[in-house]
Amino acid sequence: MSAMKELQTDYPVPEVDHINRPYWDGLKEGKLFYQACACGHHWLPPRALCPQCLGTEWQWKMACGQAELISWVVYHVAYHPAFKDKVPYNVAIVALDEGPRLMTNILDDSEHLSIGAKVSLLVDTTLAVPLAQFQLVKNTGGTYEVL
Amino acid sequence: MRGRYVIAGVGHTDFGKLGLDTVTLNAMACGRALQDAGVDKSLVDGLFVKVPTSAPKEILYGQKVSEALGLQPRWGGAWDQGGAANITLINMAMMAIETGQCDIALISYADNPRSGTRQAYARPRGNEAPYGWFSTAAGYAMIHRRHVAEHGTPERAFAAVAMAARKHGATNPKAQLRKPLNMDEYMASPWVVEPLRRDDCCLVSDGGAAVVVMSADRARQLQVKNPVPILGIGGAQTSFDLPLRETLTSTQAVRSGAQAFRMAGLKPQDVDVAQIYDCFTITALMTLEDYGFCKKGRVNDFVRDGQIEIGGVLPINTAGGLLSETGMPGMQLVIEGVRQIRGTANVQVPNAKVSLVSNQGGVMHTHSTLILGN
Repeated sequence: MSAMKELQTDYPVPEVDHINRPYWDGLKEGKLFYQACACGHHWLPPRALCPQCLGTEWQWKMACGQAELISWVVYHVAYHPAFKDKVPYNVAIVALDEGPRLMTNILDDSEHLSIGAKVSLLVDTTLAVPLAQFQLVKNTGGTYEVL
Repeated sequence: MRGRYVIAGVGHTDFGKLGLDTVTLNAMACGRALQDAGVDKSLVDGLFVKVPTSAPKEILYGQKVSEALGLQPRWGGAWDQGGAANITLINMAMMAIETGQCDIALISYADNPRSGTRQAYARPRGNEAPYGWFSTAAGYAMIHRRHVAEHGTPERAFAAVAMAARKHGATNPKAQLRKPLNMDEYMASPWVVEPLRRDDCCLVSDGGAAVVVMSADRARQLQVKNPVPILGIGGAQTSFDLPLRETLTSTQAVRSGAQAFRMAGLKPQDVDVAQIYDCFTITALMTLEDYGFCKKGRVNDFVRDGQIEIGGVLPINTAGGLLSETGMPGMQLVIEGVRQIRGTANVQVPNAKVSLVSNQGGVMHTHSTLILGN
């Protein structure tokens, strides 16, 4: 805990509630959880009912951490003061091997990204609010090539 | 339904920075639309208002507009579907009239993000804000990137949309941005959220716009001067947020357009002029593809060499669209579609018989299509 990096006071934090608490608690331990229903549907972000069968027979499952890059953008403008010193930074959509997709950051230089590239989970548990971020798996997938 | 309903009158405020509240802007636009139709407000018994993007949580907003207009309509309220709501509300008004629940309807939208708050356009998106996920533009940038990757869409295709809008808008005395754009200027335009450049993004504007809808029979009875028949109308939505969509490169224009064309008994080749929602250039390109004006991924061949400018195969956004006339989401496009059929547009397509208008909302969450013609 002593190594925990403090957040700027105005840094946006997630709204944690009784539905999504296991998700955010999991990230504190470096684990990414998704919801898996008895009907076979997998999803994120967390919700109370399965959006496919509307049932409640679902459980949390841990993602293997492998994913594919669907698309990404690079912010050259900070829409929030906490990101003023971070521009240019990327935000990406990735598809987990288990199916669910999520918004994330790819912790590589944006110049090296390509659609379809394989990425793997990297959670910095020293952050006050650990995030499910990803990094490129070198030499795999998409059109990505090691320079 | 083809031709059974008409847009009997249109009206709008100035666009730009106005310093007025949205209820006032709605009332001004409605007053002008009634004046254009030559209809006394006492005859209006439906008031369908689009929720202002800047104040999405205002309770009983439609009633406030109604009160400002001194109306007590049978049907009235506010509807939130993003930019698709304008044409959707015209659709709802037609259905209300068709079932005898309403006689004459006003459909109105106003907002003031330029002099008020723009927070709605820059707001954090859910629990993804810690990743730096902010703004409406970023969602469209995700789609833009994916479209380029899947189809090799060149930068000049995006530029063609911006250049057409800016060319047409430059001659529109009401337009907020009257400055033509060339390819070099487009390429020099700075990144906002890459791959979106500033010139890919719509304006931020105050303004209000409204239309009067009634049956064609009622318009004849009231001797309305310039009624424009509604030939087709349709809507569709994915509702899913970006990460939940299986594909990022198709829009709801596929379904919304098919419904409108079916009702009108027309095909894309029959369209003489189109107002294609251009909140971002990628939106217009994908809408043209999904309406069937060209094959998916081949939109550059369709928009190149001035083919979407006046004198081209399909002139679009003839008053400047969201990129040049006003950034307010959508009703101004309906009004320009009406002018083209009346023959009163500033950049008039000669002898326009079929005029198409698209509206869409969210980050391509919702879509609506209107086909006007004689």
